[in-house]
Amino acid sequence: MSVLLSVNNLKTWFKTDRGLVRAVDGVSYYISEREIIGLVGESGCGKSVSQLSVLQLIPTPPGEIVSGEVIFDGHDLLKFPANGPEMRSVRGGKIAMIFQEPMTSLNPVLTIGRQLTEMLELHLNMDSEAARERAIELLNLVGIPEAASRIDDYPHQFSGGMRQRVMIAMALSCNPKILIADEPTTAVDVTTQAQLLELMKDMVVRFNTSLIIVTHNLGVVARYAQRIYVMYAGRIVESGITKDIFGNPRHPYTIGLLACVPRLDEPRGRKLVPIVGLPPNLINMPPTCAFLPRCPYRIERCQQEPWPELRLIDGQHYTSCHVDTREK
Amino acid sequence: MTPDDTLVDVKNLKMYFPVLRGLLRRKVADVKAVDSISFRIKRGETLGLVGESGCGKTTTGRCILRLYRPTEGQILFEGHDISQLPESKIRPLRRRMSLIFQDPFGSLDPRQSAGDIVGEPLKVHHLVNSKREYRERVEELFRMVGLDPAMVDRVPHEFSGGQRQRIGVARALACAPSLIVCDEPISALDVSIQAQIINLLQELREGLKGLTYLFIAHDLSVVRHISDSVAVMYLGRIVELTDSITLYENPLHPYTRVLLSAVPIADPFVEEKRERIILKGEVPSPLYPPTGCHFHPRCPLAIPECSQVVPPLREVGGGHKVACIRV
Repeated sequence: MSVLLSVNNLKTWFKTDRGLVRAVDGVSYYISEREIIGLVGESGCGKSVSQLSVLQLIPTPPGEIVSGEVIFDGHDLLKFPANGPEMRSVRGGKIAMIFQEPMTSLNPVLTIGRQLTEMLELHLNMDSEAARERAIELLNLVGIPEAASRIDDYPHQFSGGMRQRVMIAMALSCNPKILIADEPTTAVDVTTQAQLLELMKDMVVRFNTSLIIVTHNLGVVARYAQRIYVMYAGRIVESGITKDIFGNPRHPYTIGLLACVPRLDEPRGRKLVPIVGLPPNLINMPPTCAFLPRCPYRIERCQQEPWPELRLIDGQHYTSCHVDTREK
Repeated sequence: MTPDDTLVDVKNLKMYFPVLRGLLRRKVADVKAVDSISFRIKRGETLGLVGESGCGKTTTGRCILRLYRPTEGQILFEGHDISQLPESKIRPLRRRMSLIFQDPFGSLDPRQSAGDIVGEPLKVHHLVNSKREYRERVEELFRMVGLDPAMVDRVPHEFSGGQRQRIGVARALACAPSLIVCDEPISALDVSIQAQIINLLQELREGLKGLTYLFIAHDLSVVRHISDSVAVMYLGRIVELTDSITLYENPLHPYTRVLLSAVPIADPFVEEKRERIILKGEVPSPLYPPTGCHFHPRCPLAIPECSQVVPPLREVGGGHKVACIRV
């Protein structure tokens, strides 16, 4: 499998009245062809911003992509002007995004059909008839019943799950190389969540697409992702093959995260071990490890040295921690 | 079981909301939000109520607290039927029961201090006699939920989400109630904070003898973790009711099985081997529920009879109840 997209040392900072927010602060990751990867973290850890940066969708100001490169198809996407023709052909065309809130990301005053055909006409130069036919086909594919008649409905006439299916159809419409799903199932019920994730998995196989799942749900990545990146306070703190991360978590944050969620299959009476304290405020952060105040493994060295870079521990397993957490 | 053991006994509870249409606001139909459900909660135990949005779990909780007057059925609270009591008789009962809300941002008055929020029930129910006693009780409540009593004069926006939910818990505890209805108490919190609140609720239950929870949530793993028994609801009815161990190890109702299989477990080794049942379609509108068993149009086991008879919730042994004619 060859690498399709590689993001190197990406930094996206926001200048606010109260100080500098390093929302994404030196993030590197890659995705190969036909791969499903997961980007896990809590709200505010920078997982969405890192994805929006790839597509240059960061509102500037206050945000700014300070440094880094995004290599896709042999080009550094960050070298292209944000509104230039190159970026426009990437956005929605070669890299498509499925957003969290299907109600706010669909245009309420345009029919589903219009929103779908617009993409097909713009990116694939289809005429309106062919585009409409293709749109119906896509809606069928994502499981919208009676697609031919529902294509002229407006977003509010669809349920939350159905709207998200429409979003998936839109994302797939131009045969993208990469699909980015940003918390695709937070607003829906569990059975709908399962339906949508299975649908995405099937579509990835069918369209030969790679999928980046951005989520806070560890279960979802355990089920679907082949590799995982765990983010905390703007950085990746651990990455590796899914089974390595779950079977042998090494960063204190990952260990903490796994210990604090109740599991469906656990025996009764297991006590949850919460992570003490709060996620950090990203304004004017100290240079030391951001997890330090909450870390049960911290040592002298953590207070003196800056946040460590990711280091390889074995195979493809990386962690950004001084401490060998296995010894405790 | 002695009658004393039961704190809440719900019998055939129905809560219908009228659908009004037209200029004259004529009633054209009912939304059967809760349609004849029965269950018991023993003193000191936790019953989990789980289901997808629109299944009637929140309505059930609100009926028990008598925030709604049920259409039909009985709610025995500490042995007395409260289902049709007038508001004046309900008020004194309210100190015996309280509620923790989902949204720690919307459920606290932004202009009241945290101490006043927690202490208000004490004043409303005349449970303290002096300012000093009031202050002491509020500080004690703060300590009970793990908040620093020095923070009583701060206002809600100065607290984090998890701390705000602790204020909500302290307020619920203020009158030393026997029943607390927890309605999605952690779903608005960050993953790493959720465990803190779950543990707090559990510690309080261990510390305060007889404290009973009705724990309403859509997240089956959380419900199972905290509850002694679990009732699964679908479109206004209970489809399965059993202890939380059996629920995972031997689920009988097809909907329960679907629900369980839809929840991913944070363990790729387990996930590899799990059976996945993916449902077709979506939850029908509660305004026009399917005939017979509400679940039959989506059920993998459905037979023609399922669309005709409403399956009763019957006991299959060991307190395990299920409403399905196919099991």
